[in-house]
Amino acid sequence: MLSLWLNVLASGVLLGLVYGLVALGLTIIFGVMRVVNFAHGEMVVFGVYIGYWAVRLWDVPIIVAAAIAAVVMFVFGYLLETLLVKRFVNRPHHYQFIVFIGLSLLFTGALLVTFGPDPRPTASQLSFHTVSLGFVTLDLARLQAAATAGLLITLLGAYLKFSSFGRSLRAAADNRLGGLVVGLNIPRVYAVTFGLGAACAGVAGALISPLFDAQPYLAVDFTLLAFVTVIVGGLGSFSGALLGGLLIGVAEAIAALMFTPSMKTALPYALLIIILIFRPRGFFGAKEI
Amino acid sequence: MQKRFEGSADIRPWLAGAMVFVTLALVGALANPYLISLMTIVLLFTFLGQSWNLMLGIGGQLSIGHALFVGLGAYSVAVLEVKYGISPWIGLLLGMFLAGSVGAALAWLSFRFEVRGIYFALLTIAAAEFARIMFSGWEFVGAMQGLFFPAPTNAIEFSMLRGDARFYYFVALALAALGIVGTELISRSYLGYVWRAMRDDEQAARALGVRTFRHKILVIAISAATAAVGGGILALVQGSIFPDSIMGMGLSVDVLIGPVVGGLGTTFGPLVGSLAAIPLNHLMSALGDSLRIPGLNNIAYGVVLVLVVWFLPDGIWPAMVRLCKAIQLPSRVWLPQPRKAEE
Repeated sequence: MLSLWLNVLASGVLLGLVYGLVALGLTIIFGVMRVVNFAHGEMVVFGVYIGYWAVRLWDVPIIVAAAIAAVVMFVFGYLLETLLVKRFVNRPHHYQFIVFIGLSLLFTGALLVTFGPDPRPTASQLSFHTVSLGFVTLDLARLQAAATAGLLITLLGAYLKFSSFGRSLRAAADNRLGGLVVGLNIPRVYAVTFGLGAACAGVAGALISPLFDAQPYLAVDFTLLAFVTVIVGGLGSFSGALLGGLLIGVAEAIAALMFTPSMKTALPYALLIIILIFRPRGFFGAKEI
Repeated sequence: MQKRFEGSADIRPWLAGAMVFVTLALVGALANPYLISLMTIVLLFTFLGQSWNLMLGIGGQLSIGHALFVGLGAYSVAVLEVKYGISPWIGLLLGMFLAGSVGAALAWLSFRFEVRGIYFALLTIAAAEFARIMFSGWEFVGAMQGLFFPAPTNAIEFSMLRGDARFYYFVALALAALGIVGTELISRSYLGYVWRAMRDDEQAARALGVRTFRHKILVIAISAATAAVGGGILALVQGSIFPDSIMGMGLSVDVLIGPVVGGLGTTFGPLVGSLAAIPLNHLMSALGDSLRIPGLNNIAYGVVLVLVVWFLPDGIWPAMVRLCKAIQLPSRVWLPQPRKAEE
């Protein structure tokens, strides 16, 4: 019984790290640009498809697929920001929401047109391997995804904290006008931020491609999950996204064990509503990033 | 006595509105079944869009989970009629009460600590998704299998709101008219002025003595209750309801497309927007089905939304009004011109 609980807990933590990476992408974009990326789940699904195709076509390890997803999605996000999103950055929130709802419909439609509605499982060798650590047995795909996600979160955090560009990014998040005054290239900061956010989503998608079948309709779930994670942690907070991800991952895993499968999907929302009652701005609801 | 609100003496908009509704009534009397069923949906979404419009366009509160209120209305009507044979009229009342209370509770929860804007919007989706998942697992309301109304008859029973497609068309038309006239009346009333003031600058409104906390709860409760009425009728028109279609994200998006495309905060925007968007969606779905390309309608909706916000940020209706004014100018030349103040 104990080992069952430990296993469930461990797999929740592992998936939680990946959720944390997804949420981090959303929170960076919001923290810097004050824009809520409603098409974030679609970007995760793009990552899942990139993982699927990379493994299928070239039979590369998932890590390589994740690197491909990072590059592709960074360029995608950068271009999307410079071509479209920047026109809406200074508009009221509801306009931005509607633009992103439009984009998410467009992306889902594009995926449906290109790949069709049928789920495609990524046949990775990883899915069949497990690692045993005393009481706990972990499947390798999950472990690898979590380790990569954790590493990326750490690296990204260090980059934002210590690098020169990271400082300008945080400055832009703190005070846009002030940033302009001291001569920051705000449009470039915004474009890179959006690219980073999209890359986080894409990498997370590629990492979980052995766990989830690639399917266009998955996007809505990921968008909502990312929102819940981010609100639980506090919109715009770096550590909040990570904590929120872990909390949601563990809560989902425990709910799946204790209750029915439908409760597992409902639990994050219940958690969100409870947290909004007691801590309306999430755990770390501040402007920090 | 000083005229209380400017503009209320101008009857031309009412005349134009009346003409639109006479035309729509003629459509109902003459059109073929396909057009009637399409227009029924257009009119229902006009009403739903009007309810959403009241909340964002006038009250300034963004909801992206309106499916929650629509679904509560639909389930109230369906459960009472299918399980107990109780008239939908009672179901509509129950739905209004439930959705209004849930809306007010959500608003209270959120605004209590000054949580607003996007946080409130995200809370509305979270609540809607939570409700959808709960209803999908709740055997009493049919779970995923949904609920089915008794087969439609050709005899019109007004007490049970049952009849043929044309009957529902006129019900939807009446509802849309009610929604448009109601919004117009509200927006010209004291409440309309208070809500718009609150939308434009909440702190200034509060400084002038408006109890914005209560007014926000009130506008959301009214919007939710009206959405529930639309949901109840939508359930009757469809003849069956399923949690994914009546409470899902997709419905929330469908509700807001009409007013956004037509014109946020305008009286005729939701009608114009629904008239433009829903037939387009049906066309693209049909095209996608016949070409075996799923997802064409998603692309069309997505492109339309992005383009409208990009190029026509106030929507089609205000653009049409501007165009009409530009065309009318020459005929106004002979009208007495206002005298210049300084001389």
